[in-house]
Amino acid sequence: MSEPIQVPVMADLMAKGEKPDILFWVGCAGSFDQRAQRITKAFARILHHTGIKFAVLGMEETCTGDPARRAGNEFLFQMQALTNIQTLNMYEVTKIVTTCPHCFNTLKNEYPELGGNYEVIHHTQLLQQLIDEGRIKLKEGGTFKGKRITYHDSCYLGRANQIYEAPRKVLELLDAELVEMKRCRTKGLCCGAGGAQMFKEDEPGRIHVNMERTEDVLQSNANVVAAACPFCNTMLTDGVKYHDKQDEIHVLDIAELIAQAADLGE
Amino acid sequence: MAVLVQQLLFLIVLGITGYLVSRKAREIYRNIRLGKPDDRTNEPGKRLRNMLLLAFGQKKMFQNLTPALLHLCVYVAFLITQIELIEIFVDGAFGTHRFFYPYLGGLYTFIISFIEILSVLAFVATIAFLSRRNLLKLPRFTMKELAGWPMLDANLILIGEIILIIGIFSMNTADMTLHHGEYGFAVSQWLMPLFAGFSDGTLHLLERFGWWLHILTVFGFLAYLPYSKHLHILLAFPNSYFADLTSPSGKITNMPRITQEINLMLNPSSVADAPPAAENERFGAKDVQDLSWKNLLDAYSCTECGRCTAACPANQTGKKLSPRKIMMDTRDRLEELGQHLNKNGQDVPDGKSLLHDYISPEELRACTTCNACVQECPVSINPLNIIIELRRYLILEEANSPDEWNKMFNNVEHSGAVWQLPADKRITWIQEIENG
Repeated sequence: MSEPIQVPVMADLMAKGEKPDILFWVGCAGSFDQRAQRITKAFARILHHTGIKFAVLGMEETCTGDPARRAGNEFLFQMQALTNIQTLNMYEVTKIVTTCPHCFNTLKNEYPELGGNYEVIHHTQLLQQLIDEGRIKLKEGGTFKGKRITYHDSCYLGRANQIYEAPRKVLELLDAELVEMKRCRTKGLCCGAGGAQMFKEDEPGRIHVNMERTEDVLQSNANVVAAACPFCNTMLTDGVKYHDKQDEIHVLDIAELIAQAADLGE
Repeated sequence: MAVLVQQLLFLIVLGITGYLVSRKAREIYRNIRLGKPDDRTNEPGKRLRNMLLLAFGQKKMFQNLTPALLHLCVYVAFLITQIELIEIFVDGAFGTHRFFYPYLGGLYTFIISFIEILSVLAFVATIAFLSRRNLLKLPRFTMKELAGWPMLDANLILIGEIILIIGIFSMNTADMTLHHGEYGFAVSQWLMPLFAGFSDGTLHLLERFGWWLHILTVFGFLAYLPYSKHLHILLAFPNSYFADLTSPSGKITNMPRITQEINLMLNPSSVADAPPAAENERFGAKDVQDLSWKNLLDAYSCTECGRCTAACPANQTGKKLSPRKIMMDTRDRLEELGQHLNKNGQDVPDGKSLLHDYISPEELRACTTCNACVQECPVSINPLNIIIELRRYLILEEANSPDEWNKMFNNVEHSGAVWQLPADKRITWIQEIENG
């Protein structure tokens, strides 16, 4: 059992006449998926610990529409976008942080054209900033000392938004050995989940994309794969299981790694 | 007399080539303009920079050193040889011989020597390219979309380059031998022993042979270029100029007409304000005319190098999708449509379309939208954009979607989440964390 913390919900804050500095957009994976909920909790603990005035939309949050748009269902995407923009504008949201690169990309790049203008950052960017400001102190001795960590670039952070360094800068603080996979940064191989692939079976082929990517992980000899996307996390976790390496290789989000290294509980 | 005949012949061939090239160029321009409008004229400074870096400077080629260096040899040789081509044109049109030599002297020797050295490098690179394709059989050059014509096209261009170089050296070496090495060209002086003992008449004939071989290959190349993947040598420039300013980008182009439809639905009284939709305008793209002109320029700019396909996660794991094939299909379909236009003078439906007849839903559905293809393209082609437009048509016009996607759409529509879970489950994690 970890220490209980309060997670402020936007509507409650509003009722009290308060406004958060930043909205934590949790996303569908972060809200519903049991594995991704652990990422959400770890990040909420970090936000709580650093004393950032944040809030979540709670039951008022809905899918950003990312998978619908990429599948080709523009109508559904825009319905979602317009609904969410209405909610966000009603609460006069100005700054959003999210643990999902897909939500991040959609909120940051695709909502402005439909009337939603916010400063949107990914949690790895906020973590880097908090660490730079000395607001997160990692435990002495180093939880990950002697471990080999490799970072898997999420397509929607990397190629789609040119965020390659922030996640790596955060990982550098863990006092672990960082190794790159043969395909990384602009050449990073997709986990196979993007473009609404997460929600259907693969087309016929030689191998699943996540298994191909996991082979890169195995070649890197890492003990920990750091992910920055809940969907990559699922895909890589499955890939590691497929290769029967779940006892040797752990797939963890950067927020989880930091929460563990700062001893913030689970 | 012989000079006059050659002059006449040169002018006739020049005229025919000019006619053929301009006719095909106008056709390609017309075909590209079949695409939908897309304003790409903002920020000319940034666009110019992109063009200089990507097309002129070959920035992206250098992510892969071996092919980049080989390609650079051919590219620089091609650029610099244009100087010599000016003289060939002047000599051809006015019946002169090495028109610039008396005026430039030492500088002339330097320029031609420079071209000779580059030609040797280009020769080596061309042999390497031919080997990579035909002997080493590099994976990206042996995929099935290259079988037949595309493979032949690539080899023809490479063989054409070798003929061009043979022409240059026959001409220069014969000329040097005739003039006892007076010009002092860097490479051909070493080739002179090959022609030693030939009579002046034979040497003169060899010089003419080289000159004509060179210029006829150039003309043939020009006339052939618009039909070939090799068109990238010209279109790489406009294509990188008009490319997306942020590329790759996770942002997918908006469909303002959908916004309009939604607004009409939510606020029916706004019907009167809405501009009427153009006739036959579709949601997404079924055929090439539904794509933007930039998508079509992309298709003509593609040189089928396959860097996109080699980086594609779907293709690497054995799915049917190949971004290169998407571009080749778009060009093939556009050319087919262009032929119909030439024949009928107007757009008569031929019962075929890019979607289904060329590109299957199975290919489109394998895309993870990871942007690796866009990232890789050395000349700023965006296959992802075409994939998304075709996916849009499948869903919005044909309601053609896998069951699992329909379920996901349903969940999003009815419970606001990608999975079938009620909204109150969204806060389970909050309840858990608040209880410790």
